[in-house]
Amino acid sequence: MAVEVRIPTVFRKFTGGSGAVEVQPGTVGSLFEQLETRYPDLRGQVRTPDGQLHRFVNVYVNDEDARYLEKLETKVTEGDTVSILPSVAGGQA
Amino acid sequence: MKYKSVLDLVGNTPLVEVPSLCPTPGVRMWVKLEGQNPTGSTKDRIALAMVEAGEASGELTKEKIILEPTSGNTGIALAMVAKTRGYRFTAVLPDNASSERTSLLEAFGAEIISSEGAKGSNGAVALAQKLAADPRYYMPFQYGSQANVEAHYQGTGREILDDLPEVKAFVAGLGTGGTLMGAGRRLKEHDPGIKVVAAEPALGQSVYGLRSLEEGYVPPIFDPDLLDGKVMVKARESILWTRELLQKEGIFAGISAGAVIWVAQRVAERLGDDGGGDIVCLLADGGWKYLSTEAWTEEIDTAEAQVEEVLWW
Repeated sequence: MAVEVRIPTVFRKFTGGSGAVEVQPGTVGSLFEQLETRYPDLRGQVRTPDGQLHRFVNVYVNDEDARYLEKLETKVTEGDTVSILPSVAGGQA
Repeated sequence: MKYKSVLDLVGNTPLVEVPSLCPTPGVRMWVKLEGQNPTGSTKDRIALAMVEAGEASGELTKEKIILEPTSGNTGIALAMVAKTRGYRFTAVLPDNASSERTSLLEAFGAEIISSEGAKGSNGAVALAQKLAADPRYYMPFQYGSQANVEAHYQGTGREILDDLPEVKAFVAGLGTGGTLMGAGRRLKEHDPGIKVVAAEPALGQSVYGLRSLEEGYVPPIFDPDLLDGKVMVKARESILWTRELLQKEGIFAGISAGAVIWVAQRVAERLGDDGGGDIVCLLADGGWKYLSTEAWTEEIDTAEAQVEEVLWW
């Protein structure tokens, strides 16, 4: 069992069109390192050059925004799903 | 009760306990029924505040047309305020807004300019910003308006503290961020330990299908550091808990209410481990504007599909 990372449409050009990628458990940060090693063009897209999450990107571990968990240190275990989503204007508005 | 104007009915909404939706011992859950506002949503608060702010600054004058990007509720609220104050109003509305929202806007005499539904609220924001370059328009712009935040700071947040000063957590839906920022700041000034948690919708992939990250959008009034948590909720869970709210407590609220209840239950578990206390859930609107989705009457798979076709948040 691995961790599934869901890739939004806007980043699929960096993952060869793939919308879901399997990586090994660890932390959110270690997941991004695995992804960026596999898909070098993804570097600088999800994380800024200094390693922080891009302002317009939200990362969810299952359904919770990792910013409010342990950020890049958030633990991700087998069977979890990590979703990367661009920020969009909310509705109800 | 006598009132001089329908505008005097904005705010001061009731707080109702919903014990059957909160199974955690030691935790009490309350819902603030924003559907009790005159046009049936919390947006009456900000529509009034934004128009008054425009008048006070001198930017909104009688010959101007009020223009606003909206998925419906803010538009309906602005249309009502515009009528009472003698302004014309134009809504920039995604073309997949529910039919009730379109009908209500028309009933209030609003002009509607359609934006591409697949682009969600982002599309309406972008189109309205282009149109607003025309000096005939005055755009309050809820995503960037400090009056939006202030309305919830002076109103929603203060009302919660008046009714329930011992509140330990507050859960509301994230749209412009106005409710969470305004009420959240008021609550944290009262007690920095109060948890402020956002529920947000899991939208269709098409809405996230931006061409580049630079097209991403964070409302200027939204400060992520004020929140203690943010949870994404699917349409299905939102519908199921909106139904439970009606079945178990007799409360008929809009579909985002189910998402707020769902998140509040998780907050309740954590609060239960932490000594218990009271949670306030803000239910942004009543259920009327969603009847055409058959969210309460259809079998769940069909209801989910029909809700996802409209802008349900």
